[in-house]
Amino acid sequence: MSDTHAESALATAFVRREMLPEKDPPVAEKGVIKWLRENLFSSVANTILTLVSIYVIYWLLSHVLGWMVNGIWDAGSLSECREIRDARYGEGVEVACWAVLTDRWDQLMFGFYPSELYWRPVLALVLFLGAIAPVLYDGLPRKLLAFTAMSPFVLYWLLWGGTIWGPLAVAVGFVVGWVAFRFLTPIIGNLGGTIAAIVVPILYWFFAAGPLAGALGAIAPIGIEFVPSDDFGGFMLAFVIGIAGIILSLPLGIVLALGRQSDLFIINKFSVIFIEVIRGVPLIVWLFTASLLLNYFLPPGSNFDLMLRVIIMVTLFASAYIAEVVRGGLAALPRGQYEGADSLGLDYWQSMRLIILPQALKISIPGIVSTFIGLFKDTTLVVFIGLLDPIGFSNAIRASTDWNGVYWELFIFIGLCFFIACYSMSRYSQYLERKLRTDHR
Amino acid sequence: MATISDPPSDSFRLSQLIYDTRYRSMTIQVVAFILIMSGLVWLANNTVQNLSALGKDFDFGFLFNRAGYDINQRLIEYSNDSTHGRAAIVGILNTLLVAFLGCIMATILGVFAGVLRLSKNWIVARLMSVYVEGFRNIPLLLWIIVIFAVMTESTPQPRDFRGPDAEASMILFDSVAVTNRGIFIPAPVWGPNSGILIAVFLLSLVAIWAFRRYARKRQEATGDILPVFWVSMALFFVPAVLFYFILGRPVSLNYPELGGFNFTGGIQLRNSLIALWFALSLYTGAFIAEIVRAGILSVSRGQTEASYALGLRPNRTMNLVILPQALRVIIPPLISQYLNLTKNSSLAIAVGYMDVRSTLGGITINQTGRELEGMLLLGLFYLATSLIISGLMNIYNNSVKLKER
Repeated sequence: MSDTHAESALATAFVRREMLPEKDPPVAEKGVIKWLRENLFSSVANTILTLVSIYVIYWLLSHVLGWMVNGIWDAGSLSECREIRDARYGEGVEVACWAVLTDRWDQLMFGFYPSELYWRPVLALVLFLGAIAPVLYDGLPRKLLAFTAMSPFVLYWLLWGGTIWGPLAVAVGFVVGWVAFRFLTPIIGNLGGTIAAIVVPILYWFFAAGPLAGALGAIAPIGIEFVPSDDFGGFMLAFVIGIAGIILSLPLGIVLALGRQSDLFIINKFSVIFIEVIRGVPLIVWLFTASLLLNYFLPPGSNFDLMLRVIIMVTLFASAYIAEVVRGGLAALPRGQYEGADSLGLDYWQSMRLIILPQALKISIPGIVSTFIGLFKDTTLVVFIGLLDPIGFSNAIRASTDWNGVYWELFIFIGLCFFIACYSMSRYSQYLERKLRTDHR
Repeated sequence: MATISDPPSDSFRLSQLIYDTRYRSMTIQVVAFILIMSGLVWLANNTVQNLSALGKDFDFGFLFNRAGYDINQRLIEYSNDSTHGRAAIVGILNTLLVAFLGCIMATILGVFAGVLRLSKNWIVARLMSVYVEGFRNIPLLLWIIVIFAVMTESTPQPRDFRGPDAEASMILFDSVAVTNRGIFIPAPVWGPNSGILIAVFLLSLVAIWAFRRYARKRQEATGDILPVFWVSMALFFVPAVLFYFILGRPVSLNYPELGGFNFTGGIQLRNSLIALWFALSLYTGAFIAEIVRAGILSVSRGQTEASYALGLRPNRTMNLVILPQALRVIIPPLISQYLNLTKNSSLAIAVGYMDVRSTLGGITINQTGRELEGMLLLGLFYLATSLIISGLMNIYNNSVKLKER
């Protein structure tokens, strides 16, 4: 045995005593080549897929890129655009005519809103962004929420204008309700106080708000120029309808979801019927109902603003969807959370407000945001009942002699605007989901 | 000495209706019922007053009157002498047609895109992300209009096909013509013996079903795996082709031909149908892709590893382990996407496709002035469709859900 050891020791006369420096991995196993091999050419099928995709991308870009980049931004009509094109690139070269956007920018954005008043919708947008900031990001001081609560009335007044007393009189209704709740609860108990907080403001709005606003307007006519709803159009219309629908449908949807989860038979059944009927019929049918039939359901002689009808319908429609999403969140909560709330001796509203809804809403955030995205996209449907949203305007612009024949530029622009709005909403919901994730994994 | 006193008998006080939880729920419900009912009565009362002020009544008789308008696409016999009711049925069938076609194509697109988005191939996964995000974040209406514009603006006119050096030519062996008036495809002509051929084809379908059943039974009993795919393929094609020649080619194709100002013969798929179909499928397909992706991701990695450890090949793992579990997650949202697609088909108005909304809910209402009845019927049709589909979904859901405790 020792011999063989000796022999092998002889055979391997050289024994390395120091470490070699690390060698670079083979060329195919590092850097770009490794990435390419693993991600693009890992098998025959993958290679084929890669080549096909590259060809598709090349084909698309070669057709579209030049057309877009060489586009003409400065012309008054399509024929003028073509003249500039012939002069610049030679005859027959296909280039985009973005000039339609610069030419009709005001219309696409504001519709027929008086041009000297454009500062109002712009200011309203800025105020709106300021108002939702404390809701979206909790790093901001909480006191800003007071401004958020006031903002609907301010925004309404800014957009439509008119006397300041109308929105104020409506806003006072909420104060009236709060006062009723505060002072009646000690006298007639919690349930009575809640009912009073609902009934008193409704009575106030029906009977007192109108005369009050009229009287105040007669005494002190403070106001800005009134703009009728007919003048609203373009992206402003889409934003107004979308945002109003979003703000109004969330509380209504939560109430409906609670109703559907309720043990009270009648409330439960009415919620179910409402949700199923609203969800079972396409929005476009509801919009036609709003424009054709709503006058039948209201007291004779009442005339209703078409845009307001649309907002009501969109709100009802979205709230039914939100209700289903929130119901999913409520159902996903473990039974123990409900029982825990009960065992603490909380009443129904306290347990909902403090324990159940915060968790349920957190679970339902993705669904709620995708409902909002759907609602915002669906604002385009108002074109069918005669409101001029961006798509309606693209048709109107094409009908004019100047821009007859312009298709893709308008479509791309409108699509891009919607994409930016919707995509940022969905990114925000993903951010919110990550932020609110409280399980530690 | 009784420590528990008897409940106070007949001492019901009115305040118990509010403070006693036994009665409070009744109080709330009664109040809610009264409020809702008075609201409904108010609406109904207004409607009656408004209708009588306009001199209208509530009557569905208009459904049996002559319609007097033409419908360019119809699956059943219809002329402008037919009734409004028949026009509504034509519209319903058109709605169901586009919904059916759309569901099939959306499923195919969605499954492909969803699986490819999970692909290891970087560029393909990115492309599919672009497709999904692009279609999900842009309104469907815009897509319908864009695709309709592509169909009408970027395709040749029928007269471009004329002449020896025509600008456009028909594709697929001169059988399909893509024009700005629609796509013309060959129409089958059913000859004398074609009934037998159809019967043979149906029989071979039955045979495939029976063979698959037999193969599964046998696999469960003995473990032998029969070549199901190849046998099915053979059963599908061989008898039909054999009988096609034995019976002397009973089915022939009627090719579209350019005659006069337009193509004649064949089947014309109108641009409106195609634009609506493609847009609905592409749009819904993007949503289905996300559903499929989430479904596949929801099956834990351990399942794959366990089935590899048992010695199953990757494709068997997919078929036997991953897909059955993923489908349980995929199917319910998939069905609600089908429902959305069906409801979204009412956007046909954008391209002038004659669906139920534009026959019953459009021209009929305009001609008869029966808004209330027409919209009611229209709403009921959509509502019934939705309820039927979601009812079926609930039955399916209950049959596949995990049986716990």
